[in-house]
Amino acid sequence: MMNITSWLGARSSVGTFVGGIHPPEEKELAADAAIEVLPSPREVRISLLQHLGAMCQATVKPRQEVQVGDVIGRSDAFVAAPVHASIAGVAQRESVATLPNGRHVPVIPIKAAAEQEFRGSALLADIYGGPWPVDEAQRLDPKDIVQAAREGGLVGLGGAAFPTHVKLVRNDKFPIDTVIMNGCECEPYLTADDRVMFEFPEPVIAGTLLSMQAVGAQRALVCIEENKPRAIESLRSAARGTAVQVVVLKTKYPQGGERQLVLAATGRTVPGGGLPFQVGVVVVNVATAAALARSALRGKPLTHRVVTVSGAGIRQPKNVLTPLGTTYGELIRYCGGVTGNATRVVAGGPMMGFTLSSADEKSELIPTPVTKGTSGITVLIDRDVQRAGQTACIRCGRCVQVCPMRLVPTRLALAARAQHREVMERYHIGACVECGCCAFTCPASIPLVQLIRVGKVMIQNMDKRS
Amino acid sequence: MSTRRMMIEVIIALLPVIAVAVYVFQWYAVTSIGLCILVCLGAEAGLNRLAGKSQTVGDWSAVLTGLILGLSLPWNAPWYVAVVGSLAAIGLGKAVFGGLGCNIFNPAMVGRAFVMLSFARELGAAAYVVVESQLTVVTEATPLSLAKQFAADLAAGRVTAGDARVQIESAERFWALLVGQVNGSLGETSAIAILLGGIYLLARRVISWEIPLGVVLVSLVCVELSHLTGQTLLSPMNHLISGSLLFGAVFIATDPVTSPMTRWGKFVYGLGIGFFVVVIRVFSSYPEGLMFAVLLMNATVPLLNRWTIPNPLGGPVPKKG
Repeated sequence: MMNITSWLGARSSVGTFVGGIHPPEEKELAADAAIEVLPSPREVRISLLQHLGAMCQATVKPRQEVQVGDVIGRSDAFVAAPVHASIAGVAQRESVATLPNGRHVPVIPIKAAAEQEFRGSALLADIYGGPWPVDEAQRLDPKDIVQAAREGGLVGLGGAAFPTHVKLVRNDKFPIDTVIMNGCECEPYLTADDRVMFEFPEPVIAGTLLSMQAVGAQRALVCIEENKPRAIESLRSAARGTAVQVVVLKTKYPQGGERQLVLAATGRTVPGGGLPFQVGVVVVNVATAAALARSALRGKPLTHRVVTVSGAGIRQPKNVLTPLGTTYGELIRYCGGVTGNATRVVAGGPMMGFTLSSADEKSELIPTPVTKGTSGITVLIDRDVQRAGQTACIRCGRCVQVCPMRLVPTRLALAARAQHREVMERYHIGACVECGCCAFTCPASIPLVQLIRVGKVMIQNMDKRS
Repeated sequence: MSTRRMMIEVIIALLPVIAVAVYVFQWYAVTSIGLCILVCLGAEAGLNRLAGKSQTVGDWSAVLTGLILGLSLPWNAPWYVAVVGSLAAIGLGKAVFGGLGCNIFNPAMVGRAFVMLSFARELGAAAYVVVESQLTVVTEATPLSLAKQFAADLAAGRVTAGDARVQIESAERFWALLVGQVNGSLGETSAIAILLGGIYLLARRVISWEIPLGVVLVSLVCVELSHLTGQTLLSPMNHLISGSLLFGAVFIATDPVTSPMTRWGKFVYGLGIGFFVVVIRVFSSYPEGLMFAVLLMNATVPLLNRWTIPNPLGGPVPKKG
């Protein structure tokens, strides 16, 4: 039951936020699978757009030899991040790939050389292995840290893939006092951040200190949901003696949503349409922090990430350290392929992810490349995707109760269906973060968030035309 | 949770109420409720068929409408009251608006209002009383009409204030009102059974607390005011557990389709119902006012929804350009 305080005090509650849902977590499938290193693939396809922002231009020619970490695409725009070769080999002619969100992007395929510098555990040690001195950050110039983030091609690894250096630049008008490390990983099934925090807490803490130094923050809060006790324990001991605090938050979806997280951890509300820096906060994903440490302290760019491959439809759920550009099919094959009753391959988790294709024996050939924002691949089975038949909206208001942005989703969805722009705007469609709590909870099985997405695109197109 | 599951949850929550109704009114309860459910189901199926729409009998909403209509009828309502009421509930209350989710007014209350106006004698306060009956509770008037009668007698000078107080005290049988050993409509007599159902629905999050709380709060305040000014003789607590106020607050006002969706909307809607119940009870010739209060507030729901659009977290997104 909702209590009076949460009803009246939505603005000031700390530790959680109002609304949200408790979907089945399904983390046990891959939570105990230690990070494994994918055997070097024979080919990777490096997308020239792996972030939110301007597209990169290729900087390599066909048949040019590349080493791990060589820049193969960059953009002069500020909101952009260069892309690097993730394996040693020979660049091929530019081709096109379709990303899970439906966008067609140019890719540079790289054919692997026979000899790779690091393989297996040596690669894992090179990326996450120590030492990660905690006093190093203070010696660095904030500008150099930002530059390292930019050159290293760092973007938010939680999924949104916003270029990290943009967040770390100091802004005199909005001083930052708090760095929030997002280790919530509230999306069901995904365990990649959990494993990184548990197995390699030192680079996460080092990256946190670097972020603090870059923005000039006095405190850093590493925020983790209470369902990850091992990660909490591990980070607490790594953070001992530093200015970094580990904050335990309630397990609730979407706790890792930027606005919900800032509210839960600091009690501050990010203004509508605004960004956390406006309330003195910068939010960085924990795996991004580890990549920042590697980039700033060792000069190595972002070339690999941990991808959770999970779901009841995958034979061996795993957390795999994967070169960027590896195809989804290759990862699915490495994890034993899909089961007989698998029905759907989802890029990311089931709440925020995009359905990529139906699941069958052809899933091992899916050519979609892993990008910096690929947090996981979830293979669902028939039981997961079954829903009761759709009925008319019975106006029960459950979607209103769970909406963490305090919207009226059913009105938005119905207005989107009717293509009624005025009503969509009256009900604040722009504030929707598309978390999907509404569609999850709807007893009438109305695809609320999907309809709202369509409505948003409709408004965008109208604006473009006028 | 599906639409169907939500309906079934409400039916589960109604089980204690049904049990008390059957215990107190025996076969009258079984036949009246059963008839309402059957006719509602038939009407739903038939009207779907006539309109060429896909069949929605399986969503259990018609069963629930029949159940609530049956429970809101007098214990001795004749069979044609149940039949006409059910037809009006599904036909006028729901189907003409386009079926489940599209209706503005609570179907069961539409049905009840229809028979209340069509068969005024069968549903009047006097109809509840049968002097020669083996059911002891029905040999005297319902608590609210007793109170109304005392108030009228007092106003007309037929009794003194002291006599009226004595009579009122005999009508304030707290325990009987709690367990349901009083005359009245089938589902409204036992406050405990209703509260049990309400707690279940709140715990299962099928209903939200804003509506019942609004109804109860404002009706207590309004009754206290009119009690102080001598407009009503019953105390606020007695008003609350007499008649259909509590039953309505838990099971009727919370109908999702015909109540607002936003928090404040729900609360204001509850306040409105509580207010009008007391106004009708105190100032009109009807002893009870829940049905009209619900129907009246139903009409305000679209406006309440519109007036209470919540401000999004962080405020609205400023328009570009």
